[in-house]
Amino acid sequence: MTQGHSRREFLKASALGIAGAGIAGGLSFPAILRAQEKGPIKVGVLHSLSGTMAISEAPIKEIVLMAIDEVNKAGGVLGRKVEALVEDPASNWDLFAEKSKKLLLQDKVATVFGCWTSVSRKSVLPVFEKNNGLLFYPVQYEGEECSKNVIYTGATINQQATPGIDYLMSPEGGNRKKFYLLGSDYVYPRTTNKILRLYLTKVKKVPESAIAEEYTPFHHQDYQTIVGKIKSFSAAGDAAVINTINGDSNVPFFKELANQGVTADRTPTMSYSFAEVELQTLDVKPLVGHLASWNYFMSLKTPENLKWVKAYKEWAKQHGIADKQAVTDDPMMHAYIHVKLWAKAVAKAESTEVDRVLKALEGLEIQSPVGKYKVDEKNHHTWKPVYIGKIRADGQFDIVWKTKSWVRPAPWSDVTYPGRDCDWSGGGKGSYDMVGGKRVWLSEKQ
Amino acid sequence: MALRKTVVVLAVLALAVLPGVPGPGAASAVPGPGVPDLESVAKRLAAPATQEAAILALREVGDPSVGTLLRALKDGALYRWKGRLAILGDDGALKDLAGQPIVDDRGQPVSPAEGQEAIALEERLFGLVQNLLERLEVFSLDRQARQSAAFKLGNSRDLSAIPVLAKALDREADGQVKGAIQEALNRLSLSSPDAAVRARAAQFLGQAWFESSLAQLRIMAEQDEDAEAKQAARAAVRRIEVFLTWRNLTGYLFNGVSLGAVLLIMSLGLAVTFGLMGIINMAHGEMLMLGSYTAYVVQEIFASRYAAHQDYFFLVALPLSFLAAGLVGLALESGIIRFLYGRPLETLIVTWGIGMIFQQSARLYFGDQTSVNSPSWFRGGVEVMRGLIFPWSRIFIVGLSLVALAALYLLLQRSYAGLRVRAVMQNRGMASCLGVSTRKIDALTFALGTALAGVAGCALALIGTVDPEVGKTYIVDAFMVVVLGGVGKLLGAVVASFGIGVSNKILEPSIGGTAAAIYAKVAILALVIWFLQWRPTGFFPAKGRAAEGA
Repeated sequence: MTQGHSRREFLKASALGIAGAGIAGGLSFPAILRAQEKGPIKVGVLHSLSGTMAISEAPIKEIVLMAIDEVNKAGGVLGRKVEALVEDPASNWDLFAEKSKKLLLQDKVATVFGCWTSVSRKSVLPVFEKNNGLLFYPVQYEGEECSKNVIYTGATINQQATPGIDYLMSPEGGNRKKFYLLGSDYVYPRTTNKILRLYLTKVKKVPESAIAEEYTPFHHQDYQTIVGKIKSFSAAGDAAVINTINGDSNVPFFKELANQGVTADRTPTMSYSFAEVELQTLDVKPLVGHLASWNYFMSLKTPENLKWVKAYKEWAKQHGIADKQAVTDDPMMHAYIHVKLWAKAVAKAESTEVDRVLKALEGLEIQSPVGKYKVDEKNHHTWKPVYIGKIRADGQFDIVWKTKSWVRPAPWSDVTYPGRDCDWSGGGKGSYDMVGGKRVWLSEKQ
Repeated sequence: MALRKTVVVLAVLALAVLPGVPGPGAASAVPGPGVPDLESVAKRLAAPATQEAAILALREVGDPSVGTLLRALKDGALYRWKGRLAILGDDGALKDLAGQPIVDDRGQPVSPAEGQEAIALEERLFGLVQNLLERLEVFSLDRQARQSAAFKLGNSRDLSAIPVLAKALDREADGQVKGAIQEALNRLSLSSPDAAVRARAAQFLGQAWFESSLAQLRIMAEQDEDAEAKQAARAAVRRIEVFLTWRNLTGYLFNGVSLGAVLLIMSLGLAVTFGLMGIINMAHGEMLMLGSYTAYVVQEIFASRYAAHQDYFFLVALPLSFLAAGLVGLALESGIIRFLYGRPLETLIVTWGIGMIFQQSARLYFGDQTSVNSPSWFRGGVEVMRGLIFPWSRIFIVGLSLVALAALYLLLQRSYAGLRVRAVMQNRGMASCLGVSTRKIDALTFALGTALAGVAGCALALIGTVDPEVGKTYIVDAFMVVVLGGVGKLLGAVVASFGIGVSNKILEPSIGGTAAAIYAKVAILALVIWFLQWRPTGFFPAKGRAAEGA
């Protein structure tokens, strides 16, 4: 119902907008131009609402709409309302590029909030870079990227994966000495594990023989042999599993672990790719006691978070989402604050023009459900705390550990690319290597 | 027998160990391993000056009664009340150290005074208390907690835990937990300064095949200064390694049989529809999915209506998935497939389309990730050798696939109905002449095939996922089994599925590298292709409609 309604409104508004633009363009009449600027600011929301990724991405759309609604209730941005154009790329990577082209060129949106998988981000990247668009990306990812046109609010490897290792090697985490890196066979697990292996051997001085690495295809069902290997690997009780298995394969994996008697207190599994939303759909019993590392957990007891969760529950109720499914998680929190970041930056820049908004975003701080959040002064990523949570039987997490302060975002990991960093501030041209004390821009290397 | 022997060995050991290893706090205030005087311990804990010493002294007191006291200290629930020490209960009333409510003159329960602060635990001692509390878990009422606490202590290499473990062993009645405590005691004794103790511990661990100590024993076999201990460690390592070889072999074999049973149960239905009838049913995977979703729906109904009997949902789901998938199969056959007999290409495309319709409908209706919770009887498994567990759910699937196979065999080969089915499949014209209703037989046979797929889907939900695309993951394997086995023969399907299962599970661990699961699958596919080049009709070539067409 609400969908159809807003769609109609959007059509009406965009028809008006196009008519307005036409008149303005044709007559270049300043009064009309100003009148057109008084209309709503259009922003794009690009998340899969159907297909395999819908389970994770649909809640992100909801939270973005809620954040926009809050911005509008507080008077909008620059005295104008914000209007969301929701597109459904249907978990289809090519469609992501097409839809983003439509949003940027046809709808002329001020910014886009969108994408989840790395492949979808990679497929829209050229569109945003060519047309100087602005994309806010809310999910933790493998790094090794730093685009001028993207603000990455999710975690980089050093803000999720390596703190997970730090915890496991600490006395609280059981002084783990051996690590079994297990993942699905695609870019995120492969890159994460490449970095983790270097981190373990170089920084943590773990011998190569104490690291095992293994990948399974998507939708893999039979984990008997792998769990058997994990059992012998962890026989002495000082090992942990680092899990980057994606989606449905987690179910047979954790069922097999539980059935073969690998318990969380003997061999804990630290997972990086599922949070509360995904947990609601799994059989949680075999997972209880295992760990996850994120920048946010729904069970955080800060006043800001309690307020935010309550607001979302109300929003969900009004929009026909079952109470059981109205949970919040890390990517949702990032999706929520990136709307707020954009609104604050636009207000600061007094313009929706991409370059000015980007300038205003440098070093911008904002209040989030986990306390203060900050956009890095240079590299388009954000500073954030890291939490380790233990899975409870109700699909929530017990927070067992947190970093003492913000963790600096490092899109280029220090262990894989020492000396490489990224700077878009001032005359910065993105990623660079330090060669003999001088910056050599990657974009000028070719 | 073995247990009694180990107990004797351990008793000797414990005697040897106890006086042999004086812990760091042995000379402290708490005398012997007897029950400590709680009141005086509490007083020492409460005074800042003696707090640390009191905690250290408790390290070797294996007495659960101090657990409550320590926990109260850690949680900030320890208070002073009229010169005594008291613990704040969950109900807000103070209790004495023995857990009895403290009452005032009028017999009313008392609470801490307004603004009164709990006795503070120094922050740097927090970890120490936590550690102590974990140690005391070996006296927990929950046997799982006792077992894992023992394991953790065994891992800690902290010799001061030995007296605590010895005491826990004394009290333990549960055989399995006893084993865990013995394991922990002996693992700790491997670090004992006394070479004879080390040697005895190594010998014990080797004799009982404790894999957990292997890494430690290996180091000892290389580096121990004492020749006797070194020798013992070497022998133990050898013993454990031999045991592991056998255990792994058994494990691989079971994994193979279990994978074979999974393959068998998902291809039995296809052996009927494709093998017997020659229909290329690309929607076979979706029939499996239907069974899985039936299990899911029944589970949800039980969860909302009969939560007390949640476990029994599976008993209802199993026959229901047979019926549901069978009925859908019947509708498919009489609505669509019967018009396509003799046109394999069209059948292939149409059934593929039907499969997609099913997938998308499931996605629309159920969403993307749902999961069936195994009934509690299928959780865990039976430990056949030390450290080797056969999960009940997998044992169940092996059993179910064999039962389904036997039932299908009896139906086809030993019943009048089966006779008519075989007659129609072998010579339709002749069967029809003799008064067999070939139309009805076709419909029912196809329905039987899909119904079997439904049962498979229901059973596989125990170990796998339930999602709209689950059919895709099964369909290729199912066709591979039927084609390899020889189209039309049940025996072929049995040989093929167990053949593929066992060879896959023996190949996978021997491949190594970071993607063994992927390479094992590739290797199996290559083997199947090679075999079919050599014998295109599979293991057991058949006579039937499919064979006629070929």
